[in-house]
Amino acid sequence: MSLLDRAVIAGVYEHPTRWAPDKTQYQICAEAARGALADAGLTIGDVDGFLTAGVGPIGIMTLAEHLNLTPRFHDATNIGGSSFVAHVLHAAAAIAAGLCETALIVYGSTASSERFAVGTGGLTSGDPPDQFEVPFGPTVLNAYALAAQRHMHEFGTTAEQLAEIAVTMRRHAGLNPRAKYRDPITVADVLASRVVSSPLHLLDCCIISDGGGAIVVTSAERARDLAKAPVRILGGSESLCHTAMGRRDLTDMAAKASGPRALAMAGVDHADIDLCMLYDSFTITVLLTLENLGFCAKGEGGAFVQNGRLGLGGALPTNTDGGGLSSNHPGMRGIFLVIEAVRQLRGECGPRQVADCAIALCHGTGGMLGLRHSGVTLVLGR
Amino acid sequence: MADAKYAKPLPRIDEESKGFWEACQRRELVIQRCAACGALRHYPRALCPTCLSDAVEWVRCSGRGTVYTFTVTHQNQAPGFRDALPYVLAYVELEEGVRLLANIVGCAPEAVRIGMAVQVAFEDATAAVTLPTFAPV
Repeated sequence: MSLLDRAVIAGVYEHPTRWAPDKTQYQICAEAARGALADAGLTIGDVDGFLTAGVGPIGIMTLAEHLNLTPRFHDATNIGGSSFVAHVLHAAAAIAAGLCETALIVYGSTASSERFAVGTGGLTSGDPPDQFEVPFGPTVLNAYALAAQRHMHEFGTTAEQLAEIAVTMRRHAGLNPRAKYRDPITVADVLASRVVSSPLHLLDCCIISDGGGAIVVTSAERARDLAKAPVRILGGSESLCHTAMGRRDLTDMAAKASGPRALAMAGVDHADIDLCMLYDSFTITVLLTLENLGFCAKGEGGAFVQNGRLGLGGALPTNTDGGGLSSNHPGMRGIFLVIEAVRQLRGECGPRQVADCAIALCHGTGGMLGLRHSGVTLVLGR
Repeated sequence: MADAKYAKPLPRIDEESKGFWEACQRRELVIQRCAACGALRHYPRALCPTCLSDAVEWVRCSGRGTVYTFTVTHQNQAPGFRDALPYVLAYVELEEGVRLLANIVGCAPEAVRIGMAVQVAFEDATAAVTLPTFAPV
């Protein structure tokens, strides 16, 4: 039994709302916690590990107070949108080490109803490298655009190829009754949408929604008599990527390091993956993630995503919930990658169910691709 | 050069970075080289990330480089940038081999290309801060 096999995912819950002006961020977190614990057949009293990010500067303490939790293990790792994928790994390691038995991972946000300019608000934080960046106008969005432009230049990747990713995610969203945008779009629609930061069009970008979710990780032993079949955590790894003293290849991602390590730990190969849940902040994020994880060679991502390969029924169904491009993106999306993967592995996805889904790969990307970002890969199995 | 009117964020200059910004005020572009192991680095920092030596040399650059990648930004809601749209954010690869982020000026945004030869220019943002920009050669 591997280290990670000592812990399993026992429950998940995706908050159904995409627009919640009548709720607070903490309320969404609490509702998500209730949902995931009910899914697992556990109670709030069982929780002795607690993980969250993005709910405020010292949010884990405030949120613990809100839920009246005094966990013996906690982790507030914030590496952007991939944080919650990392939290699964951290919770599993903590459980395997005996630091806690049942960990709750929670996220909630009202980014949309509070009108946060998530991708286009400009950057102003006070970290040392920022002074060499913020005077020139980086945004989350144009940092990704820098990598996209370079990839197009080096490898001939086209706007049509990027657009096909958005079209595929939207088609999946059409099968998800909770997705924010469900009407089909075409490649021509993507290309006709306004350029927000070249070469990325509006429909190359994730949406902004309210929402949240929760995940319950517990010991394999504790999971034996719970409500749902446990989902196994087969392997995982994390990595960071930055400007590397001014010499980084911008088409390299943290996924290049975390992906192979996670697959090796899980003892599986690319061909074994039935479902990919990839952070899709932008279409380029998906294309580069596939290359960097090794599903295709560097530079071949454009051709790889064409002809329906990422669609349901294709060779590598990806983001079956509609992803951040069409379903939901409350600012940090990593938790939804894991929730959808778990539901697919349990066969609960109705019309968007991947047939005989046995092994799923989740990869979260957090931060800014052209500057600093994180990558976390998880391999889950039923 | 009216300080009060400058709405974009300014660098928060510190002990590790001031050599770079002081050079900009002299109309010089500099990058750091480790005096112990010779590694070039950008952005500036006090200790070499390769060998952790604190022996720093400032190398005066030619100011010539090429556009490594760029994006024409059409949406940024932050004060200052909102009024400057569209603007070009780019990585410029200097002859010395390191890349730095800057704006490309002196040409239409749609004229910018990867590989385009550029030369540093300097823009006085305020009395205390001069920013490097790059224009086509």
